[in-house]
Amino acid sequence: MSKNVLVVVERRDGILRNVSFEVLTAAQQMTNGGEVIAVVFGQGNQDEAQQLAQHGADKVYIATNEELNAYSTDAFSQALTEVVQTVKPDVILVGHTAMGRDLAPRVAARLGLGLISDCTGVEVNGEEIVFIRPVYAGKLFQKKKVKEGIIFASIRPNNIVKGEPNAQRTANVIETQVTITDIRTIIKDVVKKTTGKLDLTEAKIIVSGGRGVKSAEGFNQLYELAEVLGAAVGASRAACDAGYCDYAMQVGQTGKVVTPDLYIACGISGAVQHLAGMSNSKIIVAINKDPEAPIFRVADYSIVGDLFEVVPLLIEEFKKVPV
Amino acid sequence: MKILVLLKQTFDTEEEIVLVNGQLNENGVKFVINPYDEYALEEAIAIKEKFGGEVTAVTVGPARAEAALRTALAVGVDKAIIVDDESLFGDEYTISKVLASVAKLDTYDLILGGHMAVDDGAAQVGPRLAEELAIPHISTITNLEIVDGKVKVEKDVEGDTEVIEVAMPVLVTAQQGLNEPRYPTLPGIMKAKKKTIERLTAADLNVNVGEILSKTEVLEQYLPPKKVAGKVLAGELNQQTSELVELLRNEAKVV
Repeated sequence: MSKNVLVVVERRDGILRNVSFEVLTAAQQMTNGGEVIAVVFGQGNQDEAQQLAQHGADKVYIATNEELNAYSTDAFSQALTEVVQTVKPDVILVGHTAMGRDLAPRVAARLGLGLISDCTGVEVNGEEIVFIRPVYAGKLFQKKKVKEGIIFASIRPNNIVKGEPNAQRTANVIETQVTITDIRTIIKDVVKKTTGKLDLTEAKIIVSGGRGVKSAEGFNQLYELAEVLGAAVGASRAACDAGYCDYAMQVGQTGKVVTPDLYIACGISGAVQHLAGMSNSKIIVAINKDPEAPIFRVADYSIVGDLFEVVPLLIEEFKKVPV
Repeated sequence: MKILVLLKQTFDTEEEIVLVNGQLNENGVKFVINPYDEYALEEAIAIKEKFGGEVTAVTVGPARAEAALRTALAVGVDKAIIVDDESLFGDEYTISKVLASVAKLDTYDLILGGHMAVDDGAAQVGPRLAEELAIPHISTITNLEIVDGKVKVEKDVEGDTEVIEVAMPVLVTAQQGLNEPRYPTLPGIMKAKKKTIERLTAADLNVNVGEILSKTEVLEQYLPPKKVAGKVLAGELNQQTSELVELLRNEAKVV
């Protein structure tokens, strides 16, 4: 049986997020002749619709209302509920981001649906859609399915490989005004700390520092390496607690869970809590003075040495043939 | 003010995961209060100390989860409820329905929970429960104040901060950074031992088990492939770094 898949699209700072394209790719695997319908909230534009079409959307549904220009739980859950009731999809997919985590369970409860969160993989076996998700901080994996009703899942960024855009593809664009009545929360202020920085959960490469970086100034070398690599910079809890950097950069069980292609751990000992946030990275490089540091047990490539010597050499080496 | 705290007992982070016939082994495992729920618990106690009121802690789980409630009582919770009824255990859909039926036994101004549990990591129950109770929720908060009867929070949005105001009743979920949870004191522990923990079942909650069955199903659980020992580079540091870059480019192909 064909399936219509509704993909909840997300923007960050006005730009479509990479995870939305990854989710579109996942959606395409599930349709079995049905349609992929992307839903965008707030003002839509032709350029966005085209990008979504090229990445797999057959229809682009733009739900407009002035309350949708910035995220609020109440506005977005009302809008998504209305869209689901209109589109009547068989599957709903959303990125497992701050927005997805806030919105999906609320809407699932409103519609009386099951929800499988934080999926890192999808298997389509005929009629059955099976989701793969890490639990116990990546120490165990589950295969899970929705037993009845609409299939609803959130997908962790950086795990499903986004398909190549197809310039030939186009989509029907449907713009519709949705009804939003009661917004109970008032946003008084937004303090942006991450503008212009690569999002850690979506970065392909992360350079990360721990207590061994010794100071906020010490992190400058890491920023320099990150710039050469086009990477984001992360940190261990110890480095954040010591005030070397903002908690927004923390990778770990508390903090962000990241799965980049390459994770370069500099001066990080590798406490269990840190490993929980990064051990599923595809390739891990560890640089540490202490040969006994637990981080070496999960590393694919290890350099036992002082990061203040190693990192400048690496910067030089990468600069020879730019990434 | 009446406050409800949602607690889940989870594996200690350091515990190794062992599967026996595809099932998670719990024998000999140390259990703790889910770290994010500890922030919720601390915040609830701090609010009570400042404004007065009553804090109730609730958990859904087997008898062993009582230990989490004893800890909660030891740090200052007034009432503790355990829903220890296997017919009510299920996925996030089921658990939030059960918690809603518990919450409806009283009238709470504020409900606090962790933003996710570190075992299952689903991050669903808070928002779901708020929806079941038709009250607003704010997730991943890092600060909470009560000003003129309104709740003012700072919400972490992937590193950015939103300052949000909302009227009570409201449900909030705790992110790391909200506070520094206290440890129970010896007198606290002694006093907690004497307190009663209320035990509820489907019959007490007037819940029709058949109507709240799980919507999802775990088909299989498996351990991730064991990480094979990586390469430890040798030689002068500059040789090691050039070898590393070569390996990242041509073997791992990640740059």
